[in-house]
Amino acid sequence: MTLGLSLGIIVGYLVLALLVGLVAYRVSETTAEDYYLASRSIGTVVLLFTTFATLLSAFTFFGGPNLAFAAGPEWLIVMGTLDGVLFAVLWYAIGYKQWLIGNRNGYVTLGEMLGDRFGSTGLRALVAGVSLLWLFPYVMLQQMGAGEALVGLTDGVVPYWGGAALITAFMILYVVLAGMRGVAWTDTIQGLFMLSVVWIAAVWVVSAVGGVGAATGAMLEARPDFGSFGGGTYSVGFIVSTAITIAFGVTMFPQINQRFFVAKSGETLKRSFALWPVLVLLLFVPAFMLGAWAAGMPVDVPEGANVLPVVLNEYTPAWFAALVIAGAMAAMMSSSDSMLLSGSSYFTRDLYRPVVNADASAEREAWVARIGVAAFALLAFAASLFRPGTLIEVGSTAFSGFALLALPVVCALYWERTTRTGMIAGVLVPQLAYLAVVLSAVAGFVPTLPRTVFGGWDVALGLMALSAALTVGVSLLTAPTAEGDASRFAVAGD
Amino acid sequence: MKRPRRDLVWIPTFALLVAFAVPWPLWGVDRVVAGLPVWIWWHVAWLGLCAVLFSRFARSGAWERGMGLRGGTGEDRSGGAAAGGDRP
Repeated sequence: MTLGLSLGIIVGYLVLALLVGLVAYRVSETTAEDYYLASRSIGTVVLLFTTFATLLSAFTFFGGPNLAFAAGPEWLIVMGTLDGVLFAVLWYAIGYKQWLIGNRNGYVTLGEMLGDRFGSTGLRALVAGVSLLWLFPYVMLQQMGAGEALVGLTDGVVPYWGGAALITAFMILYVVLAGMRGVAWTDTIQGLFMLSVVWIAAVWVVSAVGGVGAATGAMLEARPDFGSFGGGTYSVGFIVSTAITIAFGVTMFPQINQRFFVAKSGETLKRSFALWPVLVLLLFVPAFMLGAWAAGMPVDVPEGANVLPVVLNEYTPAWFAALVIAGAMAAMMSSSDSMLLSGSSYFTRDLYRPVVNADASAEREAWVARIGVAAFALLAFAASLFRPGTLIEVGSTAFSGFALLALPVVCALYWERTTRTGMIAGVLVPQLAYLAVVLSAVAGFVPTLPRTVFGGWDVALGLMALSAALTVGVSLLTAPTAEGDASRFAVAGD
Repeated sequence: MKRPRRDLVWIPTFALLVAFAVPWPLWGVDRVVAGLPVWIWWHVAWLGLCAVLFSRFARSGAWERGMGLRGGTGEDRSGGAAAGGDRP
């Protein structure tokens, strides 16, 4: 009976989230044309939470606690540093600069901005293509997370593919029914809900095991190595390269990068910037500590399940556990939708229109986007069935892929001498190299290239350095093209 | 717009804030304080410090000057300068 109750709560919550999105869309009365302009009016709270929504993914709710459970609570330090501090600094250095430039020239996507600056449709399409490529594993990650969550919650009665299929169906429904608009305020509601629920869950579980001290004591008894900082998985190389690649990667995520263009005012970006470290900490401390504490709890985590649902099932009533999982899945669904929607604007604005069909009607473009999103989500679902790695591994792959875009973009933003050829070399070569590394792990017929070297240093970090060296080096060797216009990126003076 | 030299202090400040959000000096330390490993408290306190300094950076006008805009509330501006972060 509890199984029926749990599933009822999950499906019910997902339907409710869908209805909220639908109502929000109907109420907003925006037309296809002014979607982007309407978005330019996003205020502090909503901006903060739509950005925050990216954190509300399977990577945080399930991958993070799983890693803390297996390897220790240091994951809190890695994520807090990269997201709370390094990302905030990049928020200013990349985000604010992009906002200033976008505001002057009316850009909506990263590819559009770079394509216009360097007078190159090729660069525009390349940036969009690369972004869509790495969005794929991140959407797949949500499906994997949902599949594993339901295995954990129902003790394996609902198979992995069932959970993954459920969230895929809702993702597509959400996009098709709620239309081609990411409704930012549903992200805000979901964000506030999840933040509260994670804290309630933590307090509930901790009081059930006798307090924070007892939870930590039991954890240290089971895993004495969890108490000391560093060691095991957490080598210096792992901490530094994970923090850098993910933080830079996040800035190049389509839905995050697009948020840099849509803030109402610079004040909005400023306020969000200062609140960011606190918000990040509020989410990560309970989520990851629950995972780490679980190491000392008498719980049995089935193979291929997530630790958080198992812990909740053990220490909280079935309805509450189901509610947390439902909330997490709904949050994952709405953030995947922001990703899919931003991805679809990359696809239609930077690939379909400039390269395939310049004269497409707005209606045709909207349909191309819808079908594209459905196909993308279904392909990601198919790939998720193969479970090519843990949640953290798949997520890190996506983040690293995006991170390789970041330094060429920084060059373009701050160094007038950057040339089109420099940009193309700086983006293309590291991407091809990284793709070779990633695919060699998936394809059985080629030797697997190492992902990390010298004890935990991610090769993506080396490739980031290569991307900067190529952008700068090739720019110095080539002359700016006549179509390029560095003044497009000027922000001061008129 | 030339930025005052003291704005440059923010660059090493940010570098330090990022670098020591990871409690490197406590590497290998396993003391538990108030129920949690002591290095987790370092991290929590450090992020609090970041929030305070970030908000000072944003309010001091260095936020705008860093991008070559007129400082919003810097003392070197005598009135009239609206918050430079708004639509230019």
